[in-house]
Amino acid sequence: MNENRFINRSELIGILVLAVFLVVVLPLCLDVFRLNLVAKYLTYAFVALGLVICWGYGGILSLGQGVFFGLGGYCMAMFLKLEASSVENTKIQSTPGIPDFMDWNQITALPLFWKPFHSLTFAVLAVMLVPGIFAFIIGAAMFKRRVGGTYFAIITQAVAAILTILIVGQQGYTGGINGMTDLRTLKGWDIRPDHAKVVLYFFEVGLLFLCIFIAYFIRRSKLGRILVAMRDQEDRVRFSGYSVANFKIFAFCVAAVFAAIGGGMFALNVGFMSPSFVGIVPSIEMVIYTAVGGRLSILGAVYGTILVNFAKTSLSESFPELWLFGLGGLFIAVVLAFPNGLAGIWGDYVQPRISKLIGARKPKSGWTDNSVADGAPAE
Amino acid sequence: MFGDYSIGDLGSIFVMQGFAGLILFSVYVLMALGLAIIFGQMGVINMAHGEFMILGAYVTWMTSNFFQSYLPSLFSGYFFLAMILAFLASGALGMLMEWVLIRNLYKRPLDTLLATWGLSLILQQAYRSIFGAREVGVELPQWMLGSLHVSDSIEVPINGVFVMGLTVLITIGVAYIMYRSRWGRQVRAVVQNRIMAGAVGINTAKVDRYTFALGCGIAGVAGSAFTMIGSTGPTSGQLYIVDTFLVVVFGGAASLLGTIASAFSISQTQSTLEFFMSGSMAKVLTLLAVVGILMLRPQGLFALKVRK
Repeated sequence: MNENRFINRSELIGILVLAVFLVVVLPLCLDVFRLNLVAKYLTYAFVALGLVICWGYGGILSLGQGVFFGLGGYCMAMFLKLEASSVENTKIQSTPGIPDFMDWNQITALPLFWKPFHSLTFAVLAVMLVPGIFAFIIGAAMFKRRVGGTYFAIITQAVAAILTILIVGQQGYTGGINGMTDLRTLKGWDIRPDHAKVVLYFFEVGLLFLCIFIAYFIRRSKLGRILVAMRDQEDRVRFSGYSVANFKIFAFCVAAVFAAIGGGMFALNVGFMSPSFVGIVPSIEMVIYTAVGGRLSILGAVYGTILVNFAKTSLSESFPELWLFGLGGLFIAVVLAFPNGLAGIWGDYVQPRISKLIGARKPKSGWTDNSVADGAPAE
Repeated sequence: MFGDYSIGDLGSIFVMQGFAGLILFSVYVLMALGLAIIFGQMGVINMAHGEFMILGAYVTWMTSNFFQSYLPSLFSGYFFLAMILAFLASGALGMLMEWVLIRNLYKRPLDTLLATWGLSLILQQAYRSIFGAREVGVELPQWMLGSLHVSDSIEVPINGVFVMGLTVLITIGVAYIMYRSRWGRQVRAVVQNRIMAGAVGINTAKVDRYTFALGCGIAGVAGSAFTMIGSTGPTSGQLYIVDTFLVVVFGGAASLLGTIASAFSISQTQSTLEFFMSGSMAKVLTLLAVVGILMLRPQGLFALKVRK
């Protein structure tokens, strides 16, 4: 393996295959409606990518990624909502110029924290910074005091519950349980028609590849190796003089920002944002995508997300009864039999056979770092 | 905020809210006891705990229907049989799950969380397929309805008193089993050092299985008790799970006393706050306080002093 570059050849091939699949195959095969569905799935792929770094490499299981997805989504949605609530659009309201749900809740002036969201620059920055800072606060408070493992998972879950209750309860400021609906334009550009959906899809794929490269870079850098070392033997890393807490905070923040980018793209692609993407159930589902794809594989997380969501859509369309059985069973099977998910099956069974067939030299396992290829991570 | 009430009114309000808090406290303790055994003692994160409670609730509902149709004369006492059946049903399912699922995952505690989440999805859909998606309510026997009038302005519902009494009994029972009986000593020995406990002749696999079953059985009884307070639907279990985990973690995972103390403080905070603001804000503030305290004191209120 060439240590000088952060991506080796087999990984580069993997990325190219994914790129061809997302940029050429899917847009040619699917109509715009289905392509938009894929765009929706891919917003979760950002979350899954973040989880690979934070959970797969860092060993920090966060059950609150919905919080960051939601915060990012809400920041974007607030900008879009303000643009959709211009004075002429909302002239039937008792107070024109404010979002409709505020009007319904007898709020007559735009709340202070909404005002900066008139600016797109601010909104885009907020999509990344608000969740990032929030993750930093949670991470700093927890990891500095050496809260980890299951306790961290449960506390992030509580945070997800708190945020959901807060959003639902503060109807006048957040749109309550319905969320922010009826998002129309981005700087005057209508995001609803078909061609806009296609443009947004390609933009999103571009962002996704940017995140994938960042993830590879983190993994290949010294920082990534410290993360893996920390996951496996935290105390030894600490005794070697590294600040374990800071590395954990970093991994958690990266995961949060990735999730938030996904959330922002979700608001753009789907045209609404609601608390049902913030809570505990969606947060755990996002972990499921990562686990099914393979918690150690950057590309696996993307495939896992697409696959589980595709299965969810098609199964719940034709067999609504069976879907939960299927999802639950899949999840148990993955945990019991394939702790490294699809990527593990690929790396352990499929790839060696293919290499044998084409008579290639002994394969370096391309799906995961050599240092972590020996089975399930210690937790 | 206090200006509109006289001193006497305020007193009654605090007594009533305090009492509502006590009922909530009983509910929390019932929910958390089973989890304190499974999570606190065994270290298994059982995300399907809520679904085991719902199983108990459905068993109670079926028992009540059975008595109504076939044994109306004995209807006033059905509840005691229902609780035993709920315990047995949830405990048996728990034992089966331990055998199929959990025993493979003792070395990977975070993965138990994922696997039991899958289990909870399956159970939810099973309830929906068997019992329907609608919420069901249990008909209470006559003697449980109504309320005791303590004074002119203070009323106490009888079913609340019954749940509280039940909680006390079960808590004492669990404390006895865990801290006084021979079997409880074995459980704690296995928890502290599985290999050593096996070496001195304790059948650790068996102890694990029965401990898990006991925790699930108590969840079933809790679910049975909940039917007296509210209705039950396939997804009700998920509503409880975060609260329950917080109660256990806040109290200090391995301590039964801590579980009770944390259930008490959380429930009283919440019910007192609920009087002055909306229920959702009260809940948010309570949870925030719990998370905040946990950040300052990650090991919970009553931590066992163990060298790690």
